[in-house]
Amino acid sequence: MNDSHEILLEMKGLKTFFPTKAGLLHAVDDVNIFIRRGETLGLVGESGCGKSTLGRTAIRLLNATEGQIFFEGEDITRLTSKQLRHIRKKVQIVFQDPYASLDGRKSVFESIGEPLRIQKTFSDRQSYIRRVYELMDTVGLARRFANAYPHELDGGRRQRVGIARAIATNPVFMVLDEPVSALDVSIQAQILNLLMQLQRDYSFTYLFISHDLSVVKHISDRIAVMYLGRIVELADYRELFSDPLHPYTKALLSAVPIPKIDAERKRIILEGDVTSPIDPKPGCRFAGRCQNCCGSVCYSETPEIQEVVPGHFVACHLHTMSGKKKEQEGT
Amino acid sequence: MSKLLEIKNLTVHYETVDGVIHAVEGLNLSLEKGQTLGLVGETGAGKTTTMKAIMRILPEPPAKLKSGEIFFAGEDLLKKTVSEMRKIRGKRISMIFQDPMTSLNPIMTVGHQIAEVIHIHNNISKRDAEVEAAKMLETVGIKAERANDYPHQFSGGMKQRVVIAMALACNPDLLIADEPTTALDVTIQAQVLELMRLLKVQRETAMILITHDLGIVAETCDSVAIMYAGEIVEKGSLSDIFNDARHPYTKGLFACIPDLFSEAEMLTPIPGQMPDPSELPAGCNFCSRCAYAMEGCGSRDPAMREIAPGHFVKCHRWTGETGKDVLDDE
Amino acid sequence: MKENNMQKQEALTYKHRGQGAEIWRRFRKSKTAMLGLFMLLVLVFLAIFADVLTPYDATKSDAANRMLQPSAEHLFGTDELGRDIFTRIAMGTRISLTVGLVSVTISAVGGIILGSIAGYYGGKVDTIIMRFVDIWMAIPSLLLNITIVAVLGVGLENVMIAIGISNIPGYCRTIRASIMSIKGSEYIEAAKASGASDARIILSHIIPNSLAPLIVQATLRMGASILICASMSFMGLGVVPPTPEWGAMLSTGRSFLRDHPHLCTFPGGAIMYTVLAMNLLGDGIRDALDPKLKN
Repeated sequence: MNDSHEILLEMKGLKTFFPTKAGLLHAVDDVNIFIRRGETLGLVGESGCGKSTLGRTAIRLLNATEGQIFFEGEDITRLTSKQLRHIRKKVQIVFQDPYASLDGRKSVFESIGEPLRIQKTFSDRQSYIRRVYELMDTVGLARRFANAYPHELDGGRRQRVGIARAIATNPVFMVLDEPVSALDVSIQAQILNLLMQLQRDYSFTYLFISHDLSVVKHISDRIAVMYLGRIVELADYRELFSDPLHPYTKALLSAVPIPKIDAERKRIILEGDVTSPIDPKPGCRFAGRCQNCCGSVCYSETPEIQEVVPGHFVACHLHTMSGKKKEQEGT
Repeated sequence: MSKLLEIKNLTVHYETVDGVIHAVEGLNLSLEKGQTLGLVGETGAGKTTTMKAIMRILPEPPAKLKSGEIFFAGEDLLKKTVSEMRKIRGKRISMIFQDPMTSLNPIMTVGHQIAEVIHIHNNISKRDAEVEAAKMLETVGIKAERANDYPHQFSGGMKQRVVIAMALACNPDLLIADEPTTALDVTIQAQVLELMRLLKVQRETAMILITHDLGIVAETCDSVAIMYAGEIVEKGSLSDIFNDARHPYTKGLFACIPDLFSEAEMLTPIPGQMPDPSELPAGCNFCSRCAYAMEGCGSRDPAMREIAPGHFVKCHRWTGETGKDVLDDE
Repeated sequence: MKENNMQKQEALTYKHRGQGAEIWRRFRKSKTAMLGLFMLLVLVFLAIFADVLTPYDATKSDAANRMLQPSAEHLFGTDELGRDIFTRIAMGTRISLTVGLVSVTISAVGGIILGSIAGYYGGKVDTIIMRFVDIWMAIPSLLLNITIVAVLGVGLENVMIAIGISNIPGYCRTIRASIMSIKGSEYIEAAKASGASDARIILSHIIPNSLAPLIVQATLRMGASILICASMSFMGLGVVPPTPEWGAMLSTGRSFLRDHPHLCTFPGGAIMYTVLAMNLLGDGIRDALDPKLKN
């Protein structure tokens, strides 16, 4: 795999908090992860877990409240917009909603070309035009759509425009924020294949954010599971699915509907709803819904993420307390 | 074995400034009492239009019911008057929609909204209706005290439970659920689906579940119908569709979903996209995307054929009498 | 990657296809919109050709032909000083259209500047500007107009300025609301992610997308501006005689309402016609600009 590759992006102690009327919202709360050059890190979690916030903070679309972000070794956490300009062409983002992520008043050609115009990549118009058409070819958009406006295209095509725009400046790193969630199943598969092909051809590094486990598994090398602003588990993609450790990961996996009849389904139904990310108290945030809760320690001490098996990290008292590699089955 | 619902030759068009949209064309569908039918299809297939036609809540204009009969417990719904339909909606047939955020009235308490449905259809006082409403809340797993709370005080999953409570309050014979869990997180979806399953079994409610998620179909449905570009292209029992899918579109759908258990490198997507419903091609609607297209597929529209008891396919490949593949390449 | 000559030829051209054609097509579909446009074009025609349409002078008195009823020679009759009313109405079209255009331009420009700053930057800047605008809006517009004219002096130019200034808050709020709803859009985030500066984002993305409600508001308010100007003139605060402004004509015609109502009906009718034209046009533009219009 990618063991010998250098670290492209690293986040240390990253926190992104939002002040609200009710208190301080801990959207991203002490995240420590790195992404190696050429790999795809999948980030899964449900709504409100902070994965989108994490993605945006990582590329400085949002400002971190605390902690550091290193890109290619450079600390970019506190750089000004002017200083960030040289980063902007190396780091890009594809959004979830193909309807909202394109300016309705700009044609496909203009939207794709905009990063090139901003970065002043080309000095002559012809090279610029050629590049935009090239990009359209690369993402599988027929050239006749150059003049089309977003509302004339369907979701799949719009998403291709978004992808073409993102790869326009030859980035090295891309945050893909639920890029296929809003698409029909048959189109999802087309776009996923496209993303994977692009990674193969251009050696992109991806942070792939999604709530859809099957999709994440398909495209990722390693997967991180997020819950209420914290990473609760991180492992190689095969390992996460074959040997999930965190009770939330297990519940999440068991909840995915399987498109096979007569399939073995041991569903773990979580009680209640997600607790509030506003001014959370110390202790494990999953404690109230956890079926393997260890009692008082889970409610008083916030579990830190630790490597319990080489390459497999989990933030759970059940594993760090006992020090065992396989957990004791409570089900 | 009386059929609870029988749709015959339903055709719905939308007449717009930009042309006529053939939303549903010659649709035939049936459902037994207490059974769950999964209606599977992608955006624009015509699923919601069909359901709205059953409920008679299509926006007419621009929608136009060109033909068809919808028999519910033996009576044609399309011939009913407005006031007759009102007595049916909410009481005998209920519908729940996809987005719980917009399905509830933000300025009414949830208890009141449930009570309203009960009060309209039953001859009981408003106060008694409120009591019943509180009971329904408990049934869907929400504490009765919360009857006086407003929708915004509930999470998405809980809002959907309230919607389910409203839909089942009068014990309808048929529940139409239009992508009820698509907007919910997967763990919440599991809760809500489990709840629906329980209630359905308890009350023997028949259900039409619209979804694009074959996993949900596998877990909750007894029979399945696959829709494409306004038509049903395949229908049958759960095992017919999952173990013996025949239509190329159905097969394509199964092939393109990323499987949690396999290690496929690339997915096998269905190339192209659904045709423009205002400009449907001659011949089979799926022809341009079909890996098995033969001569004649592009010019002749296939008929719906029963290739095994209860298993119907709309495809030129299947001869019908013997269930054999015309291409003979199985 | 080898490109053959055909591809090279294609790659070198991109013809920008604006949305104008599409918007016009949608506009044409509405009968009322086309009617509004037609009515406006009639006014424009009158304004341009007012001098040559009739042999009469709009301002020269003709005591011998006072108070004549509408006839073949004087389509709208004559007024108390013997002037042909039709000629005066036609000349008045120039004034009214100018008033509408100038005052709306002043309001829109002022509103866009204030509203953009408030909407885009938010926070304290927004609070300060909007509170100021709130106070501005709270003053009854007629009172504000009168005050401004009192300060600047009577006359048409000052009326236009006054109307322009007193309408700034409306535009300010419209554009601020647009900006605030657009600001959080993903395509704005995408622009930021590509390194776009604030100025670029505002000029290239936000303003074009906020323009629709503004254009509609402008067309609708043109009618209102003309009405206000007419009322100001009616009160004697606008134009000076013998300028043929419709409101002023209405004012003087008042005294003769009982016996010679035609002195009032035609100027009044002209005002009504213009406001109606603007309203129909404004509605038509709004419907044509909105690509999400459902059938």
